[in-house]
Amino acid sequence: MEKMLLKVTENVKIAKNIYRMRLAGEGKAKPGQFVNIMLGGLFLRRPISVCDAAEGEFTIIYKVVGRGTELLATYPTGKVLDVLTGLGNGYDINLDIMRPLLVGGGVGSPPLYLLAKRLFELGKTPRVVLGFNTASEIILENEFRDLGLEVNITTIDGSRGTRGFVTDAIGCLSGVEGAKEGFAGAVEGAEGTGDFDYVFACGPEAMLRAVYDATQVDGQFSFEERMGCGFGACMGCSCKTRYGYKRICTEGPVLKRGEIIW
Amino acid sequence: MVDTSVTLSGLRLDNPVIPASGAFGFGAEFAKLYDLNILGALAFKGTTVEPRFGNPTPRIAEAPMGMINSVGLQNPGLEAVINEELPKLSEVFHKPLVANISGFSAEEYAACAKALGKLPQVGIIEVNISCPNVHGGGMSFGVDSKLAATVTREVKAVTTKPVYIKLSPNVTDITEIATACEEAGADGLSLINTLSAMRIDLKTRKPVLANTFGGLSGPAIFPVALRMVYQVYEAVSIPIIGMGGVSSAEDVIEMMLAGASAVQIGAANLRNPFACADIIRELPRAMEKYGINRLEDIIGGAHR
Ligand SMILES: Cc1cc2nc3c(=O)[nH]c(=O)nc-3n(C[C@H](O)[C@H](O)[C@H](O)COP(=O)(O)OP(=O)(O)OC[C@H]3O[C@@H](n4cnc5c(N)ncnc54)[C@H](O)[C@@H]3O)c2cc1C
Ligand SMILES: Cc1cc2nc3c(=O)[nH]c(=O)nc-3n(C[C@H](O)[C@H](O)[C@H](O)COP(=O)(O)O)c2cc1C
Ligand code: FES
Repeated sequence: MEKMLLKVTENVKIAKNIYRMRLAGEGKAKPGQFVNIMLGGLFLRRPISVCDAAEGEFTIIYKVVGRGTELLATYPTGKVLDVLTGLGNGYDINLDIMRPLLVGGGVGSPPLYLLAKRLFELGKTPRVVLGFNTASEIILENEFRDLGLEVNITTIDGSRGTRGFVTDAIGCLSGVEGAKEGFAGAVEGAEGTGDFDYVFACGPEAMLRAVYDATQVDGQFSFEERMGCGFGACMGCSCKTRYGYKRICTEGPVLKRGEIIW
Repeated sequence: MVDTSVTLSGLRLDNPVIPASGAFGFGAEFAKLYDLNILGALAFKGTTVEPRFGNPTPRIAEAPMGMINSVGLQNPGLEAVINEELPKLSEVFHKPLVANISGFSAEEYAACAKALGKLPQVGIIEVNISCPNVHGGGMSFGVDSKLAATVTREVKAVTTKPVYIKLSPNVTDITEIATACEEAGADGLSLINTLSAMRIDLKTRKPVLANTFGGLSGPAIFPVALRMVYQVYEAVSIPIIGMGGVSSAEDVIEMMLAGASAVQIGAANLRNPFACADIIRELPRAMEKYGINRLEDIIGGAHR
């Protein structure tokens, strides 16, 4: 962890209630790690995943859901933020895998972007499935395509891409609780999406669970929890795993398939 | 050069700044950020005989100028604390430890005190009779002067280390409990623990915390803590470790003027991981600003 003062260089709306913020600063982050941002007038920092980290720059994408993110959306370029960086374990990418599948749900998608870049650098071409509520909330579709990746979009209301949930696009409907029948065939370009040997997922817990149930291969899942500190000091974010109690902020947010207890 | 040192029950501290139990873990996260030996002492996470997971999540909520937690005493248990956490801590920290203990019976408190009191690293046993998070646990000892006195006596009987009783603010008259603990042999008092509190999520219309209630800490409670330290200082003659919302060197001075011999910093560490280091660095400057040469001289200075 490092405590840094980072200047906002961009803060723009990119979809309904969703903003992209760029911060100038030494952009060291592993995919799946997050930053914890101090906001004027609020006591607790707010954790946001790193979407991209390049030379001298961090990118985050956040959805306005409450006071903290509302405030964040008002910050002009030039404003300096107090940010804790390099938090969390991040995804483990030193794996003997060929064809990873990345599954993102809503604003769970951003950390998968940096992950996709890093996997690409390792010579792996991930497939990407991104799920949203509706077309106006879609983010990062073009950015993933610009990396040269195949992207499947799902929307719950069917306003874009496959109607339904990410699991409908993954095409492994067996055993998915509440999955609607008949969508497997309706998946655009679904042929071949079953062709993956590893899963990386980030999104709401219900989505993570559905992806876990719908896939048989090994994988890593990124979780969220309310945080008091974000760096391991308060035990606010603990969860039970098959290998004991873990702090989502420190031993997580990414848990391996084999350790998850739902 | 100003003198920041203070004495607690014969224990000399270079400065009065002590990270509070529960907001500093066992020091490991902070040792990566700064040299912990700048601290006066260090209070580690509340320890119980058995390992505890604590309450279900969410167990953290935002509050105006503070936070509410319902962690519920998550800790690895007495054995792991002694065999794993404290040896690790001793590699990076060579000042006295404040061993914060909790229990669900007077015997459990005594068992923790006995085992931890034997360790040379431990300078003070701090008995948390006030954690408002655990049903049927800490709360009942902290709100009843007879029970508080019983725990004090049981703990005193098994250790030669100074015993500080950590008081709950969730009582009608904190001086009554304070006096009972002093009469039962307490060497000092720590106050305050968190104030019982809650938040409700407007979207779900349900309590934010899975446990419904939690404990409020942070700057929001500073004036309340100050008032209680002031009152207890008048009621007892044993030393007080003051805490509750302390976030700056000025707050430390204010708390000591109210009657604290040393000060603990809790929630501030969570918002700013360098809080204790910043306060210790600023303290001499703040003392000079307010014309203080020896910090110890100002303890209780606000009393008329
Ligand atoms: C490791 C991690 C990574 C995250 N990455 C992103 C990201 O890349 N983009 C993004 O938009 N959001 C992300 N979040 C969620 C984000 O932290 C919350 O949406 C934010 O803290 C809400 O703050 P608020 O003040 O706006 O809302 P509040 O008023 O505090 O709460 C509004 C709602 O937000 C939810 N919420 C509040 N705090 C958290 C929290 N810490 N974690 C999860 N949900 C919370 C609650 O369900 C609540 O109902 C991440 C959370 C975690 C733990
Ligand atoms: C996350 C958290 C965990 C805590 N855990 C303990 C504990 O285990 N034992 C204890 O005696 N007090 C515990 N406390 C209370 C603090 O030590 C302190 O008394 C209180 O928070 C007031 O100080 P502050 O406002 O500086 O945080 C905890 C506080 C917080 C915020
Ligand atoms: S948020 Fe404090 S330990 Fe994870």
